[in-house]
Amino acid sequence: MIKSEDEISAGFNVIGAVLSGTKAFTASAGIGHVLMQDSISMAEAMRLPFVGIMMQRGGPSTGTVIYSQQEVTLACFGGNGEGLRVVYSTSNPQELYDYTIKAFNTAWKYRFPTFVLGDGYQSKMKIKVLLNKPKTITSSPILGQNDRAINLRNCFNFENQLAQVLNKNIDEYQKTRSKLVEWEEYKCNDCEIVIFAHGIVSQAAKEAVDILRTKMNKKIGLFRPITLRPFPDAPATRIASRTQKILIVESSFGHFSRIVKDNLYGLAKIDTLLKPVEAISSEEIIAKVNSMKSDFWTEY
Amino acid sequence: MRSQLANCFKNESKPHKFCPGCGHGIALKELGFCIDELNIAKQTVIGIDIGCSLLAWDFFNVNTVQTHHGRTVPVMSGYKIASDKNIAIAYLGDGGAYAIGLQSLLTAAHRNDPITVIVINNTLYGMTGGQMAPTTLLDELTTTTPLGQKLKPFFGPELLKNVADKSAFIARGIVSQPLPLRILIKKAIENQIKNHSFSFVEVLSMCPVNWKKDAKESLQFLEFNMLNNFPIGEIK
Repeated sequence: MIKSEDEISAGFNVIGAVLSGTKAFTASAGIGHVLMQDSISMAEAMRLPFVGIMMQRGGPSTGTVIYSQQEVTLACFGGNGEGLRVVYSTSNPQELYDYTIKAFNTAWKYRFPTFVLGDGYQSKMKIKVLLNKPKTITSSPILGQNDRAINLRNCFNFENQLAQVLNKNIDEYQKTRSKLVEWEEYKCNDCEIVIFAHGIVSQAAKEAVDILRTKMNKKIGLFRPITLRPFPDAPATRIASRTQKILIVESSFGHFSRIVKDNLYGLAKIDTLLKPVEAISSEEIIAKVNSMKSDFWTEY
Repeated sequence: MRSQLANCFKNESKPHKFCPGCGHGIALKELGFCIDELNIAKQTVIGIDIGCSLLAWDFFNVNTVQTHHGRTVPVMSGYKIASDKNIAIAYLGDGGAYAIGLQSLLTAAHRNDPITVIVINNTLYGMTGGQMAPTTLLDELTTTTPLGQKLKPFFGPELLKNVADKSAFIARGIVSQPLPLRILIKKAIENQIKNHSFSFVEVLSMCPVNWKKDAKESLQFLEFNMLNNFPIGEIK
């Protein structure tokens, strides 16, 4: 363990450690997460198995130390690159445990920086968690693994040199997408409206779906991307095409909505329940669904 | 007679990429001889910063990683702490060490991270066009101090002396005295190996292109102006 002076160094300490072949991680939130983009950008460029545990807090600025879903864009697309990362959005402490282990496996197997994106509520919860022992993959030195010396760089002389490396990475990322994506579908088979929510908000959405179905006779379902990056576009497209009405619910003013709209452009009518930096209850989601009229839908 | 090239040099990358008259080549050459003499090429990892120092990314037939500006020290600290059997050397310029990366450098010294840091001091930012740096001398003309620098320069080794552990090795050398410089770099690396402690060498260097001086004037600036400000030798 290393006690670093700031989040910039914490990220670069992780990079040094992974170069030696050691599984390493760092954790942060908010402005610390912003500072960490320096090192994450390097990890993304050099395909280093960086693991970050990010527990979203309220922003902008110092905001609160409590809760939000406002670090989605930062986790998925922060830095000056193309977002060649894997971001798991967990919804409860059991998943925090499971996906933290999975994050190391993913990072070392596919060599993309990998993040567990939770929030201040999840990180402070106390519930029973099953400490199962899943399979873990081994790590090996990236620098100095054989007798031949390696010279690694992330700065190039010419545009085409960088483009060659970056395009290869983009190509590998796209080819790996189908192995990386994870999602949860809840009562989507016959639904006329599908809620899109991620993280802890999806728990409230799930409860809302149950109540709306059993007590209010609404045919409603939930689609929850577990990987926000890469986004599970194929199953999301399938459900959106069939349902044609989507309600996006999130504790931010559009971080998650932008990703959903980007992936489902033109496929469905979309409405949103956006509540930045505050929790969203199942009652609020139910009230929103009941208040929606057909002419309120925005077409995308 | 000693060879002109160290065995750990990567011959394919020679001649090196630095400007004519630049001091980096001399500093790297002496570092190369130290690696040869200590026979540590295989277990050494060199971190290379941004700025002119980045041109050393493939200078050696030794494991190297080029990092971000000012971030070479924390990368090497992370590497060394995770892989204690290796020797970690951070190679960077005065802007990387004393401006953008100072927080990391101070912490590494205070924490006594067993790494060796080599800082090239040429009193300005060379790669970006000769702007004022923390090490710019009083009254020195640079592209961003056209009327002369109003501040006294930053004394890196003297600052670090106050925060480093008693087992740390801190020194300043000069490229116009390559043999004493090599002895200082060798002692610094040995301190990492034998005492498992932080070590630091600042190297007074030349930048004729941005100083806008010819060879003779550059040597005069190095050996008169710089030496009058920055004392050389073992500082701790």
